[in-house]
Amino acid sequence: MSQKFRLESGGLINRDKPVTFSFNGHELKGYDGDTLASALIANGVHLVGRSFKYHRPRGIMSAGPEEANALLQLGEGAYTEPNARATMEELFDGLVATTSNAFPTVKYDIGEVNSLFSKIFVSGFYYKTFMWPSKAWKFYEHFIRKAAGIGKAPEEHDPDFYDKTNAFCDVLVVGGGPAGLSAALSAAATGAHVTLVDDQPRFGGSLMAQSGQEIDGKPALEWVDEAEAKLHDLDNVQVLRRATAFAYYDHNYVGIWERLTDHLPVKPEGLPRHRVHMMRAKQVIIASGAIERPLVFCDNDRPGIMLASACRTYVNRFGAKPGNKGVIFTNNDSAYATVLDLIDAGIEIKAVVDVRKDPLGPLMEKADAAGVKILTNSAVVGTSGRLHLKSVEVAELSDDGETAKSDVTEIACDFLGSSGGWNPTVHLHCQAGGKLDFDEERGAFVPAPSNRTNPNISVGSCKGAFGLADCLAQGFEAGQEAAKAAGIKFRKSGKAPTAEAVDEGNRRLLWLVPGKKPLGQSGKHFIDLQNDSTAADLQLALREGYRSIEHVKRYTTTGMATDQGKTANVNALAIVAQTLNEAIPTVGTTTYRPPYVPVTFGAIAGRDIDDLLDPARTTPMHSWHVNAGAEFEDVGQWKRAWYFPQPGEDMHAAVNREVAAMRNSVGILDATTLGKIDVKGKDAAEFLNRVYTNAWTKLGIGKCRYGLMLGEDGMVMDDGVTSRIAEDHFLMTTTTGNAAPVLGHLEDYLQTEWTDLEVYLTSVTEQWATASIAGPNARALLSELTDDIDLSNEALPFMAWTPGTVAGIPARVFRISFTGDLSYEIAVPADYGLALWQALMTAGSKYDITPYGTETMHVLRAEKGFIIVGQDTDGSITPVDLNMNWIVSKKKGDFIGKRSLDREDMSDPNRKQLVGILTDDPKEVLPEGAQLVEVVKDKPPMDMVGWVSSSYWSPNCDRSIAMALVHGGLKKMGQKLYSPQADGRVIECTITDTVFYDKEGNRQNG
Amino acid sequence: MKNRYSIFSLIRNAFSYHQEWPPAWRSPEPKKSYDAVIVGGGGHGLATAYYLAKNHGMTNIAVLEKGWLGGGNTARNTTIIRSNYLWDESAKLYEHSVKLWEGLSQELNYNVMFSQRGVLNLAHNQHDLRELSRRINANRLNGVDSEFLNPEEVKKFCPAIDLRGGGRYPVLGASLQRRGGTARHDAVAWGYARAADELGVDVIQNCPVLGFESHADGSITINSGKGPIKAGKVGLVVAGHSSVIADMAGFRLPTESRPLQALVSEPMKPCIDTVVMSNAVHAYISQSDKGELVIGAGADAYISYGQKGSGHQTEHTLAAICEMFPQFRRVKMMRQWGGIVDTNPDASPIISKTPVANMFINCGWGTGGFKGTPGSGWTFADLIASGEPDDMNAPFKLDRFKTGYLVDEHGAAAVAH
Amino acid sequence: MLLIECPHCGPRAETEYAGCSEAHIARPESGGLDMTDAEWVEWVFWRKNTKGVYLERWNHAAGCRRWINCMRDTVTNEILATYKAGEKPPKIADAEREYKF
Repeated sequence: MSQKFRLESGGLINRDKPVTFSFNGHELKGYDGDTLASALIANGVHLVGRSFKYHRPRGIMSAGPEEANALLQLGEGAYTEPNARATMEELFDGLVATTSNAFPTVKYDIGEVNSLFSKIFVSGFYYKTFMWPSKAWKFYEHFIRKAAGIGKAPEEHDPDFYDKTNAFCDVLVVGGGPAGLSAALSAAATGAHVTLVDDQPRFGGSLMAQSGQEIDGKPALEWVDEAEAKLHDLDNVQVLRRATAFAYYDHNYVGIWERLTDHLPVKPEGLPRHRVHMMRAKQVIIASGAIERPLVFCDNDRPGIMLASACRTYVNRFGAKPGNKGVIFTNNDSAYATVLDLIDAGIEIKAVVDVRKDPLGPLMEKADAAGVKILTNSAVVGTSGRLHLKSVEVAELSDDGETAKSDVTEIACDFLGSSGGWNPTVHLHCQAGGKLDFDEERGAFVPAPSNRTNPNISVGSCKGAFGLADCLAQGFEAGQEAAKAAGIKFRKSGKAPTAEAVDEGNRRLLWLVPGKKPLGQSGKHFIDLQNDSTAADLQLALREGYRSIEHVKRYTTTGMATDQGKTANVNALAIVAQTLNEAIPTVGTTTYRPPYVPVTFGAIAGRDIDDLLDPARTTPMHSWHVNAGAEFEDVGQWKRAWYFPQPGEDMHAAVNREVAAMRNSVGILDATTLGKIDVKGKDAAEFLNRVYTNAWTKLGIGKCRYGLMLGEDGMVMDDGVTSRIAEDHFLMTTTTGNAAPVLGHLEDYLQTEWTDLEVYLTSVTEQWATASIAGPNARALLSELTDDIDLSNEALPFMAWTPGTVAGIPARVFRISFTGDLSYEIAVPADYGLALWQALMTAGSKYDITPYGTETMHVLRAEKGFIIVGQDTDGSITPVDLNMNWIVSKKKGDFIGKRSLDREDMSDPNRKQLVGILTDDPKEVLPEGAQLVEVVKDKPPMDMVGWVSSSYWSPNCDRSIAMALVHGGLKKMGQKLYSPQADGRVIECTITDTVFYDKEGNRQNG
Repeated sequence: MKNRYSIFSLIRNAFSYHQEWPPAWRSPEPKKSYDAVIVGGGGHGLATAYYLAKNHGMTNIAVLEKGWLGGGNTARNTTIIRSNYLWDESAKLYEHSVKLWEGLSQELNYNVMFSQRGVLNLAHNQHDLRELSRRINANRLNGVDSEFLNPEEVKKFCPAIDLRGGGRYPVLGASLQRRGGTARHDAVAWGYARAADELGVDVIQNCPVLGFESHADGSITINSGKGPIKAGKVGLVVAGHSSVIADMAGFRLPTESRPLQALVSEPMKPCIDTVVMSNAVHAYISQSDKGELVIGAGADAYISYGQKGSGHQTEHTLAAICEMFPQFRRVKMMRQWGGIVDTNPDASPIISKTPVANMFINCGWGTGGFKGTPGSGWTFADLIASGEPDDMNAPFKLDRFKTGYLVDEHGAAAVAH
Repeated sequence: MLLIECPHCGPRAETEYAGCSEAHIARPESGGLDMTDAEWVEWVFWRKNTKGVYLERWNHAAGCRRWINCMRDTVTNEILATYKAGEKPPKIADAEREYKF
């Protein structure tokens, strides 16, 4: 098929660059500069899809982002994209498009059977049926879901990548039509940093669709080119094409979606597919234009029925004919511009059907003078043609416009352009919180004047100024105003570009065009083409009591399709207002929400994926662990070595080996990830007194102490060892995951509550690397690597620390233990972490030093009954619940959490308390998270008395050990409990205390 | 029911071109006085009125709604229903709710499209796995269906998911509640409104409450946009404005109101047949019957009554979705919005008497509100009718913050909040 | 995303801040030790949650790390003022938008 509907000349297409593409398997030709829609139209293809509900044949109905019908599947395999609007996709060589919602073909679609049931398939249908039998909904739903949806989601990993950037400017101008260009030029002339965005590949906006316009005495598009060149040359101007401002958030934060490669036949390596610019603008000028409103008439959905302005766009911009003989149906003068341009292009206009009784307007007069047949006070009352429009029926209107006279004339035609006036594109204005006024004369919502919370400025047709002269003047003025508001100092100069002012003529707002029969009895008046909602559906909703515009929207799904009601909403609410006999502004609009057009997930996610979604933190020794074959676990943001399996070992075997090696000789753990906060200042000890439950004033220099930190609610929030470096200097450690929250918590109190305390906090987590060596040979090993530290029990007892040199590296050596064995934590400046580790491994080889990971650490600490905050606590556990009364100072006054511990339910002896649990069968390891009951019943529900927080196989005890939080557990020592498992087994166990190994503590103190 | 909905009534009405359908509910003017008035015409308020009428025979009651029925969070949530909560108190409440959901379409003769497609809660690290196990075991012993799936089983149940999670958030397992799923949010409000209206409840829209006046006899006068209305008892169920109405009534709450965000994609053919939730990355996803991916995001840090959200929450959530479902990167976001989520310090609701005699409040459901709708209405009706708490709502009393007996789903659970 | 003017650093994106909560509710000097349970939990848990002009505090966590105060309308999100911790909220000219203490 050649391009039978391509005009001989004209249009902004490059006829020297033909392009081949495929639609539903047919190879077609178009030109560079076409959209997919214009190329299809040039090839005479209107039928592109099927409607959502009734599967009615549908054709291209617009030439812009408002397209409701032509949603096609683009590309194949991993590159496929659902629901692409043919009107916005630039044509390129090799483009592959297919119809979305039809099977087996768009011409013969099995779903069309739905049309037969359309009489019962009205709004509310699903709410009223499929309730019998009671369990059958899932069965019905399966088929309903299959029939729903439009395109197919890709099934493969997206091979493209996306970019996102934060940006700033003084003045953001949205829209590169005459108003936007005029605004950008005047703002740029002040020296302001200006960003101009437009969703098309070239500027000009509506001018591209028009003919004969002049600006400053030049052909309009020439002026556009000059303006663009001027902006291009300015360093203070950024220009983005193929970029849609899709969201306007608080405080002038605007999302801009730029498409970089979609239009290219070969995608350049290294270029992202899309880029989102999150723009923080000082001032925003919205020049987003207007969208034509279709007239709502009977059977207004056949392929070939389009917006009048779309017909004009296809002819003027793309040199493509919407058909050979057409009818234009209008209520205003602007559609006559289409009539004139189409006649110029040699297209036969069979008639203009004008609902106005006495149409006025310069364009109408021209058409009249040209001999165009104009049927006034008339309406299209019916259409025919299954797969393409064949004819329309026209009748004269009654005086009130509510009915049509019975005398009907049939006019054969292959396209119809309809115009019901224009809706300013107020989306961004409203997203920003702007209010709307209703322009009674034009039947359109226009932006209310800007105010303090919504300071943006709308100009041009998005403000309801449809004349070119007004657009240019408003843009110019807004550009200067915005620059001034952005704080740019300049002297007003230059003058606004000018164009001839044109009279808009008169209008007759006929929201619902009558058909031959009463509404709903024959044919359908579609409001929302994509969701198949009709005027009769709206009235049904109102009849059934769904009167709020939001109820009507939701009950009928009007405006809920991918175009979000760009052509449907105002018609719908006007018809609702008319039916309720209320004023249109009283009915109000539904809420405009982002995005203005659908935006790819990938672009919004940008680079925040894979490794950058949440960057992983690794220690200086990480590479060593990787080389040693460690398995890792994620703890907070950190990658921690979990265990170090040797060939053939599973985790169980590896952990058993690691545990035994530590208790028998020496093990080494990377403890770098623990949070470290340097606490300095003359009031540091007092500060610790207030943030920990125990007392700190008397802690000696060189000594370490364990502390529990509570929230104001009295619940345990963190724990760790803090060491005194000097009289006014401490080093606090926190749990790995809590380092940042704890620092924030401490800073909060220092800055806002205890401003009299002189304390300085510094996070030093990243500054120190820590290797912890533990086991009976730890001292011997360390003594080989230091000659300036006395490691004797007297000089460096348990819970003491000392500075010194280890393996030639300046170090702090802490004799603290999370394993219950003789243990040293050696901290060195982070850059030396790996060197320290390697030195310890080398020197330790004679002791068979064994690296161990977090799992072994967990077993070792559980053998000693040491808790892990976040595992053995859950935000609802107090120190008392942990049986750690000893650490809650009774002597000191206030500390964070103290008062809450005195609340009534806190002393309830039946609170959950931490206890040890031994299974009756020593070989049985309780699953962590297992629940415990006192009485086993045949089936749930059963009363639970507690749950297992920690549970391991203990090689040193040669049996399983566990800790649990049990209601009143501390008073229940020796009592039997039962743990019913998912597989029906019941594990029997007994409550005990929490220290399972070396109860006297000889090993760590030795 | 006067006008039962069924395929037969649809066919019958088709013959009269659907001109004869009666209104789903009346639009009455308020009477001078009622035995009880429910303030708030969302799902919870309408359900409360319905159960007051149905379970307690209180039919001289009214629901006052300042805007349109179901116009608050009922209209703005991600429609997920489940009862796999950790604590016994929560599990009991939500499980009762799920049981009511299971027969709700028939009970109301209004298809609320409760679709039990299962809810997966993903675990991405060892900590998540432990929490998951704790919750699954607790669910099971509370009689709530809940099971553990290993990664292979997760993949089988939801083939669309990428177990690698971009390497950063691998799927190590999941809990599955098969009886969980989604429902059609608007239909719940409409169904309860119609059924309550049928039982004689006056459902009054566009009727804001301006203030309260307590009388010596225990009754309360509500100053409304449609004049004074006397009530024997008043139930406040105004999620998103709980603190505002409490302020009007003269008492205070620990509640804070934040924007909670959600979004939908364009409609597509079925590509994900269950509900997937990941707490760690703050993203929930399911596919509606229309074919849209319905995605829940996190709450903003600040208090706001603006019913809109910040862009960065959406950015973060979509990044997480693109990790779990890398094929969806080419899918497009169609609409985003925000609801106002009222949250209490322990992330559990308040269903309680108030310092004002004969005034009751139900608020602070956090993200649990939609799923809790029937159970909330049921138990709040019990509380209002009897005037005293019972087993189900007693743990959710207002003075728990004073005594310290919190139901801390927030602190404890690997369940999303 | 809000744009919050840090009194120390200048205008910064909301994502640089953390820990938004009600401002000007000082911790009782005694730590509540002389208070009843009801008085104490009032401070710990009860919040104004105002619809309208609200005084809140933010931590400029990814900036100067200082806590700052912010006067914001919770309906429109308009920020009327920001000021340093410890300072009194400034007077706002617009009487209708007066905050309630």
